[in-house]
Amino acid sequence: MPRYEPWTPERASEIIAQHQHEKGATLPILHALQGVFGCVPLDAEPLIADALNISRAEVHGCVTFYHDFRREPGGRRTLKLCLAESCQASGVRALEKRAKEKLGVNMGGTTADRRVTLEPVYCLGLCHSSPAAMLDNEVYGALDEEQFDELLREAQS
Amino acid sequence: MTCIYISRDSGALCVGAEATAKKFREEAEARGLDVEIIRTGARGMYWLEPLIEIETPQGRVGYGPAKASDVPDLIDAGILEAKPHDKCIGVVDDYPWLKNQTRLTFARCGIVDPRSLADYQAHKGYEGLKKAIQVGPKATVEEVITSGLRGRGGAGFPTGIKWRTVAETPPQQKYIVCNADEGDSGTFADRMIMEGDPFVLIEGMTIAGLAVGATYGYIYLRSEYPHAFETLNIAIAEARKAGFLGDNVAGSGLAYDMEVRLGAGAYVCGEETSLLDSLEGKRGEVRAKPPLPAHVGLFGQPSVINNVLSLATVPIIMSDGGEYYRDFGMGKSRGTMPIQLAGNIKHGGLYETAFGISLGELVDEVGGGTYSGRPVRAVQVGGPLGAYFPREKFDTPFDYEAFTAAGGLIGHGGVVVFDDTVDMALQARFAMEFCAIESCGKCTPCRIGSARGMELMDKIMAGEERESNLAVLEDLCDTMKWGSLCALGGFAPYPVMSALHHFPEDFGAAKKRLQAAE
Repeated sequence: MPRYEPWTPERASEIIAQHQHEKGATLPILHALQGVFGCVPLDAEPLIADALNISRAEVHGCVTFYHDFRREPGGRRTLKLCLAESCQASGVRALEKRAKEKLGVNMGGTTADRRVTLEPVYCLGLCHSSPAAMLDNEVYGALDEEQFDELLREAQS
Repeated sequence: MTCIYISRDSGALCVGAEATAKKFREEAEARGLDVEIIRTGARGMYWLEPLIEIETPQGRVGYGPAKASDVPDLIDAGILEAKPHDKCIGVVDDYPWLKNQTRLTFARCGIVDPRSLADYQAHKGYEGLKKAIQVGPKATVEEVITSGLRGRGGAGFPTGIKWRTVAETPPQQKYIVCNADEGDSGTFADRMIMEGDPFVLIEGMTIAGLAVGATYGYIYLRSEYPHAFETLNIAIAEARKAGFLGDNVAGSGLAYDMEVRLGAGAYVCGEETSLLDSLEGKRGEVRAKPPLPAHVGLFGQPSVINNVLSLATVPIIMSDGGEYYRDFGMGKSRGTMPIQLAGNIKHGGLYETAFGISLGELVDEVGGGTYSGRPVRAVQVGGPLGAYFPREKFDTPFDYEAFTAAGGLIGHGGVVVFDDTVDMALQARFAMEFCAIESCGKCTPCRIGSARGMELMDKIMAGEERESNLAVLEDLCDTMKWGSLCALGGFAPYPVMSALHHFPEDFGAAKKRLQAAE
């Protein structure tokens, strides 16, 4: 279960310094920051720009391009539900509806108690066992309604 | 001592393989049984996962699907002596679904411990590299050209020709880039190789590096594959420790090393030029070609960029010869294709076979029809940008040219099956929606076209001026197809138009008009 550190520019600079020597270091830095803070805050952008000697606009453009990077930390756990074709063929639309109802959020939303963030994902590569989902880094496949309810309970626990 | 094999492939984990392995260990301990549990990759028969395999003098005998709760009963029934049980499938290698395949790229997958270099070497591992060092770079490139291997990512460009182009550039910093951004729904072959036999990919990239004079390589891996990330990093560290990566690769005096980089959830980064921009630390926007990546690639240097499966097929081409590989297949599609059966299908999994098998054979015989038991209505081949095929086209052979002729593409080899509850208009709308979500935004036909396409589909489904909106949709698809910079906008019309042409009844009043047009 992720526990994130509170944002400080000092800690951020430390993380950036660990990766800035790598070639094409932007993505490794963004992943590392999100791993520690649970997101890439706007305040991180000038620090990255300085370290990599690129413009702040370039950093901002990069952060906002990729679906993975968040502006604020998600819930304690993240449930990713695959909405791609293979899962569509196997009844994921019903599960999606169920998840929204039971969690009381839309796709991309976080529950009021901040326990769960529900996200769409376009393919987990488990299409042989659709429909599939991922809770943090744990994978689940061939989900029926009962198993999916169990997974929703697990996510909220 | 008895050896037990249980997969740690995420396809097995997602249906409970970890719990099964844990339960087996606990039971064995409690009963004082002398067993060793080895965690392998997956065989690709996912409806049988979690699959437990027992080493016997006749070969490995399989039991599946075996949930944790089935373990005590299986041990009581004598699984360690490979005794009969309802869940026993016999010797796994003799199981027809597996036996009827031609496993070249996936020869070791599901058999070896993916984290053990020793196990890899005990199963013909690194023989391809040995041969490549022996014959030298020029002959290596020629061997790959001879094999007829074409890019398995989807575009189907001859791999050896790409290599030759890079090899012929003047000596300078060159790169090997592996495209492991397997984003197509219905595909999982790259994931299986990376989780089940990572050394074969590392070996393939090393051979490529030595052949074209590149000293460094990157695997660009999608972030949705955390298990593959872990396994690849372990394998790369092992290979480096043993001297298969580094300043003196396997005693050749040549340098090659590599690392894994994570993507960040952008589907378009599976397109080679946007992948390169992403690796360089930029927005993953598509580049105009030319210049080709072979001339001006990663960080502006000549780069080989190949899909996981293409690179993972190189070692067997080197060890067994290009001609051996070329003798499988049909027409211009040589060798084998790892086909992935997915969606609403009874026997979902990986089926590697020579090109030429028909779509119907794959879906009805190999796949066993739908999981839901309802009739198959449509099959999407080649991911979210691939065409939908109706039953009438099931005689199409799996071959690059035949699929193009049938108005589709084989792409990365994913086959997604839908039963008769599917609404093809909704699927057409989704193709546009997906393109809108994932468009990099660089070219107008894709960026604007996909959003307009979605709106058009909404109107068509709502019955608003259906006739004229269908005409606009067809026109829009034509613009996207010919005007987009890359395959995302260029191929998004395939699922839309194929759905419209083959299933006009789902688009309401369209039927009559279309028949008149044909």
